[in-house]
Amino acid sequence: MLILKANRLVVVDYDLCVGCQCCMFACTRRFAEAGLSRSTIHIKSAGGFERGFVVTVCKACSEPPCMKVCPTDALVFRKPGGVTLIPSKCIMCKNCVDACTVGAVFWDEEVNKPAICVYCGYCVGYCAYGVIKLQPVGEGEDRR
Amino acid sequence: MIEGDPISRVLYIDLTRRRSWVEEQPELFKERLGGTGAAIELLHKECPPSVNPLGPENPIIFAVGQLNGVFPIASKMVAMFKSPLTGNLGESHGGGRSAVALRMAGYGALVIKGRSETPIYLSVHMDEVSFKDASVLWGMGSSATGRVIREREPKPGIRTIMRIGQAGERMVSYACVVTETYRHFGRLGLGAVFGSKKLKALVISGRRSFKFKDPRQYRVLYDEVFNALVTSPLMKKYHELGTSMNILPLNEMRALPTQNLAKSDFECADGISGETFAERYLGRRVACAHCPVSCIHIAAFRIPYETEPYFYKTKMISYDYELIYSLGAMLGVGTCEGILKLIEEVETLGLDAMSTGVSLAWATEMQQRGLITERETAGLKLQWGDYGVYLNAVKNIVGQPTEFYTALARGVDYASSKYGGEEFALAFGGNEMPGYHTGPAAYVGYLVGARHSHLDGAGYSVDEKFAKAGKHPTPEGVAEALIAEEKWRQILSSLVVCYFGRGVYTPEIVARAYNLLGYQLSCEDLVKIGAEILRSKYNFKCREGFDFGKLRIPTRIFKSPTPLGPVTEEFIRESIKHFKTILESAPEG
Ligand code: SF4
Ligand code: SF4
Ligand code: SF4
Repeated sequence: MLILKANRLVVVDYDLCVGCQCCMFACTRRFAEAGLSRSTIHIKSAGGFERGFVVTVCKACSEPPCMKVCPTDALVFRKPGGVTLIPSKCIMCKNCVDACTVGAVFWDEEVNKPAICVYCGYCVGYCAYGVIKLQPVGEGEDRR
Repeated sequence: MIEGDPISRVLYIDLTRRRSWVEEQPELFKERLGGTGAAIELLHKECPPSVNPLGPENPIIFAVGQLNGVFPIASKMVAMFKSPLTGNLGESHGGGRSAVALRMAGYGALVIKGRSETPIYLSVHMDEVSFKDASVLWGMGSSATGRVIREREPKPGIRTIMRIGQAGERMVSYACVVTETYRHFGRLGLGAVFGSKKLKALVISGRRSFKFKDPRQYRVLYDEVFNALVTSPLMKKYHELGTSMNILPLNEMRALPTQNLAKSDFECADGISGETFAERYLGRRVACAHCPVSCIHIAAFRIPYETEPYFYKTKMISYDYELIYSLGAMLGVGTCEGILKLIEEVETLGLDAMSTGVSLAWATEMQQRGLITERETAGLKLQWGDYGVYLNAVKNIVGQPTEFYTALARGVDYASSKYGGEEFALAFGGNEMPGYHTGPAAYVGYLVGARHSHLDGAGYSVDEKFAKAGKHPTPEGVAEALIAEEKWRQILSSLVVCYFGRGVYTPEIVARAYNLLGYQLSCEDLVKIGAEILRSKYNFKCREGFDFGKLRIPTRIFKSPTPLGPVTEEFIRESIKHFKTILESAPEG
């Protein structure tokens, strides 16, 4: 399964982003649903459309802050970076949402559990502008 | 309907009593799909006959459709209300994030009734509806309002912030509602209706999702549509140059209304073409939510400070064909700079750019002919191309320092009924014309179209088809083509798909999408529903006084030849008669 491959999503160039959010819709569709509740990529304007967009994705941290604050070990480390959610263990405390430095732990309002990136790269295929790509964890950082 | 799809939930908001409630209306969305189809039925129900469009009884209806948030380029929301500009059906479509936000908040439609005593703004975050004080926002421009609310409200990225400027507050009949800075519910005066309700802004957000019975087929169809959108050459054009690509070809065809249509080509067209805008000013492209096309073009416009050397402010201003036509060619403004400055003013005040440009073009001719003087214009000498003067005139439409501007703020139809010059007051059915002097079909479309936009029956493209085929249109042929297109557009605007994606959303694709959503609808069923929606719209229009036989046609349009030769009054009247006959002979829904 793709999830076991240690890839992660990176932002190639924020300035290419047109804010279409097709990536966000792709993310939820990956889980066989239409809409946004499962999405773990988030696009918002940088304070008004005129300033361009901010693309938020999970960084697949080697020491994930979200995992550290989880009281029930519902978030498990995934080698060499990132976490996997065990939904049955989650008690919906939202500690992980607050703890993520880049704001990439989202909340799935439909099931009332965190939405965690599964590092599959499905969204990449729906970005017509080459803003995001999938690459192995550790290979370069966002510099922009 | 798929399980858990909240499309049939209608959110009602009563501003007078500050109350909100939800009603489930599954039949409405089953029979009328959503969007335009649902909105017109809600309008029939909620708007009592003959109400004052600026009175508390006039409701504002917003509606989305089943494809919004589900398929790409289904990115538009429909607004319906009684129009303060025409006195009958007001229908306006807007994009940005509005459609996706309402759909993801879990509603198919939103009905706003009543009137608040004091300025307020509304926020709807899924099931949470709040009425918030907007006294301090009253008097602010559309961008400043957006900035304040952006800071104050939660859910960045998945919210829409719809707001009005001073034009809406002062109830200028063609005030618009701005959404996400660069998109608009532009035509027919929704901004004035907001203003009459003391409603400064509306924020909506949501983050829902719903499951498909057959997710695999959903993905297959999604990919088919998405790939078609991304690879289609037409979409490429919308993305690269945007709608302003039309300036040069329309100018070449002599179909670009210039200087109040005294001419139909503009000697400065090169200087204001889509190509020129892109090469010199294009700073960024953006998209409505869930649309890969990204046709919104934003100019980066550097303005030096007069008092400080080497100090600039960079304004980001969105441009489109219709704005370049109405604030450029129509006013004889032949530079990108002049047009951008005018667009910015119009945007800040929250006016419909087309109505503003056409109104000022008429006023210019009035003054040049000596029918009005500087007393009426508050000292301004309106002159083709002088954008500095037009900037002040735009402000005056809102500030209304003289009776003349108060009349102009009600549109050229009204202003010319008071001051004369009707033969060159370029409004059709009460609404100022769009930028296509392409032939008779365009004009018949403007006159009878349900929402008085060039996008109604696409008359310009009917003209173009005749011109390309080297054929002469007949009045019957024009009426038939317009009605056929109109019926189908009712379906697209019920889904609600952006018309730029119409080539991709064929009847077959739409029927397949509906089947996936759990409806058994054939292509024929869809066309039949389209016809029913269209009739329902005309029922409302006629109920409110629209009369096919009494339409005023400014004779100016007969003076400059179109690509199809001169247009005649007999042809147009004949064609309108046919339009009415076909409409009335449609089988009862
Ligand atoms: S919300 Fe769930 S996953 Fe997140 S910290 Fe709390 S228990 Fe752990
Ligand atoms: S799909 Fe690409 S361009 Fe569109 S919002 Fe996502 S990252 Fe930006
Ligand atoms: S084509 Fe343009 S207007 Fe239409 S939905 Fe896409 S970005 Fe919006």
